[in-house]
Amino acid sequence: MVEQRIKHYQTGTFVVGNRLLDPEQRSIQARMERSNTLTSGHRACQGCGEALGARYTLDAAMRATGGKLIAANATGCLEVFSTPFPESSWQLPWIHSLFGNAPAVATGVAAALKVKGRDDIRVVGQAGDGGTVDIGFACLSGMFERGDDVLFVCYDNEAYMNTGVQRSGATPPAARTANTKPVGDEPGNVFGQGKNVPLIAMAHEIPYVATATVAEPRDLEAKVERAMEFRGPRYIHVFVPCPLGWGSASRDTIRLARLVKETGLFPVFEAEHGGVVAVSKIRRRVPVTDYLKLQRRYAHLFGESPRTDVIERLQAGADRNIERFGLLATEDEGATLPGVATDLAGESVDEPLRPVDTEAESNLMRLLSETHGSPR
Amino acid sequence: MEKPFAITLDVGSSRANKTGSWRTERAVYVDRLPPCNHACPAGENIQRWLYEAEEGGEGYERAWRQIMEDNPFPAIMGRVCYHPCETACNRAQLDEAVGINSVERFLGDAGIERAWRAERDAAPSGKRVLVVGAGPSGLSAAYFLARLGHTVTIREAGPMTGGMMRFGIPKYRLPREVLDAEVQRILDLGVELELNSKVTNAVDALEEGGFDAAFLAVGAHIGKRAYLPAGSAAHVLDAVSMLHDMEEGEKPLLGRRVAIYGGGDTAMDAARTAKRLGADEAVVVYRRTRDRMPAHDVEVTEAEEEGVLLRWLSTIKRADEDKLVLERMELDETGFPQPTGELEELEADALVLALGQECDLSLVEDVADIEVDDGVVSVGANLMTGHPGVFAGGDMVPAERSVTVAIGHGKKAARHIDAWLREATYEPPPKHELADFETLNTWYYSDAPRTHRPRLDVVRRQSTFEEVVQGLDVSNALFEARRCMSCGSCFSCDNCYGVCPDNAVLKLGEPGERYAIDYDFCKGCGLCVAECPSGAIEMVPERI
Repeated sequence: MVEQRIKHYQTGTFVVGNRLLDPEQRSIQARMERSNTLTSGHRACQGCGEALGARYTLDAAMRATGGKLIAANATGCLEVFSTPFPESSWQLPWIHSLFGNAPAVATGVAAALKVKGRDDIRVVGQAGDGGTVDIGFACLSGMFERGDDVLFVCYDNEAYMNTGVQRSGATPPAARTANTKPVGDEPGNVFGQGKNVPLIAMAHEIPYVATATVAEPRDLEAKVERAMEFRGPRYIHVFVPCPLGWGSASRDTIRLARLVKETGLFPVFEAEHGGVVAVSKIRRRVPVTDYLKLQRRYAHLFGESPRTDVIERLQAGADRNIERFGLLATEDEGATLPGVATDLAGESVDEPLRPVDTEAESNLMRLLSETHGSPR
Repeated sequence: MEKPFAITLDVGSSRANKTGSWRTERAVYVDRLPPCNHACPAGENIQRWLYEAEEGGEGYERAWRQIMEDNPFPAIMGRVCYHPCETACNRAQLDEAVGINSVERFLGDAGIERAWRAERDAAPSGKRVLVVGAGPSGLSAAYFLARLGHTVTIREAGPMTGGMMRFGIPKYRLPREVLDAEVQRILDLGVELELNSKVTNAVDALEEGGFDAAFLAVGAHIGKRAYLPAGSAAHVLDAVSMLHDMEEGEKPLLGRRVAIYGGGDTAMDAARTAKRLGADEAVVVYRRTRDRMPAHDVEVTEAEEEGVLLRWLSTIKRADEDKLVLERMELDETGFPQPTGELEELEADALVLALGQECDLSLVEDVADIEVDDGVVSVGANLMTGHPGVFAGGDMVPAERSVTVAIGHGKKAARHIDAWLREATYEPPPKHELADFETLNTWYYSDAPRTHRPRLDVVRRQSTFEEVVQGLDVSNALFEARRCMSCGSCFSCDNCYGVCPDNAVLKLGEPGERYAIDYDFCKGCGLCVAECPSGAIEMVPERI
């Protein structure tokens, strides 16, 4: 018998591990030696998407930097559930900022490292959607604009969950929160408000912007690794379902993250220097109702007199994303993910290495090196 | 240590906070019974051997050895089994059933090609067992008894081994080299074979030969005859004899137009054999409709492709030298065929009766404590007849008659005989709950349509006895094995380990060594259960 090339991997790269792949092709989350940056005993709710998203992201960043990583963390769920005094769940150097200044604190850490001549140590800033989209937005935009060497990660669960589920600038239309009206002609959050920070980040023409969900850890890991290949400001927006705030079952966290992409409601893409370079195609397209029905924050759209008009508007939003980002795969493209091993061994399992862009140093950094002399 | 201003406690890890106390339900690893295993009459652990085969390379031999734990004939099974496993396969609800049978054949052929051998597992027991009949059931029993350390003698009435695998299944479905190779492997275990040695009284043979136990598996080799008015020159024969003559003695002379009466697999085999012997027309006459035929669909389809004609809703009233008189039937409300009185003629030079088979039970006729009921021997749940130490299986006991069932009987009987010889009782392990399609999360399986085995060109099928269905090659056999969804069994995908927000799933080692739940920290969210592709974890309520 002649051994031939293997053509099919049973589950391909959809699962976290897959014993049939070479160890190098398995995800970071499949490894026994993963950093577990956010360790057990944290007080996140059952099935917390944010806890997962943070571990996926930081474990990948730890691997990409060889463990030389510092995280600055805005106030919010992630900070509250991970660090009730005197315990900490963090297994990396971690600093807690105010609610609104995490990007600025991260910039400061990066600047301090620069002064100390330690540009081998990298900095991650992280916050929830409130700390990113609303309260921390000025600091974030400033960090982007100055070109500071920070990867900023937003864990988006679409409302202020820590304080009791209040609307944020990332709350989707029609979703019910503690302060968007649950009844009346137009229940839930209004249409036509809120902001899309990934697109705003792209408008800053920073080196790297990406979106991801906790349903596809390999995709998220690939994006973090890619982000770490750049110097300068980078932004990753991770979709993290919140069972408590959304009224969904704790076991459905990943299912919801999968469905939000498959409906087209949340486009998953990568952009470099202001232009989209890759899009995760929809694998099995489903109507938005498949996603909405699992969450009590949309329960007012269903029930005895379903609000088909509102559902249609939400569907129209998803359809617009599909068209705008080209989320449907063509026949020959298939639904592969960027940076992910493909199912066919005939093709390369690793993405070809892309050139590493090193951003011109920011003014602040240049100033620092001038005033403090050239490091080492 | 002196603490900074306003700091009173040392920093500690959150691991001091045992969040497992929040739990109302706990995740527990389970093994559910895959539907393929559940459906296999030979009791093969199909999911397990596909798991080994999925690795390719070295995995093939492990897969083959896993099959050999339950079935000594992988290459034969991969050809003649009607694969109820594939009918049960959950993947059929996603795209198409996994081609289990084709992978089994690939492994079986690899076993023959690379001369993998079976080994005895147990030290010699000093016990002697007589097996009557060298068909699938007898050979299977001999194989398992030999592996269990017993000394086995097979007595076969005919001149060759294989039973119905040789005399009932035509060459184009089972090449004889394959049959001979797999039988030889059993004999190589030290099983003694006595051909042309008909046992006339089972108990006498047991006692005179000094055996400690006997397994009877004589098969159903007598074609049933129906009363049929026939002219003196009419050429009427039965299908079992006809197929038997293909192996031994002179090839049957059938003529140009052959009618076959019956609707089972044997009727199809007879018709397809008639075609290959040169008949221009082979017509199967059956009193009901196609969907009510006992023959397996694949056999009927292949027969039709080869030009076999099928005549539904007809009975034969009379046979003459060159024609038959048929009566048209109608199905009544209960689906039973009723005569209509409408007669028609069918030109035929020979009529082959394929109306079922019976066993020659003369070897137990004179044994008072062995009961025969409706042409089959009564046995207990352990396959023992009324006579202590005499067991029976295969076609001669009440069960569905197929090669796979017969092999399963052989294995089952061997286990019970082994226990009986040790004055113990064999308790089969309890069966797990069935792994339904609903327990799976099929999102995670790659889209992969089934690889179908190539088949011999129809023209060659009509004129030669070459094997009709070809095998898979290395690449597509591996592809097919990897389509298995591993229903109900962990296959080391790491999903549970990856998706736990609390790092409460511990990985015990390399793939295959599985995982454990750290109940100190498991909050009972159920994410691992929801995202397990194969349904190998379940939530169990905590006692509160």
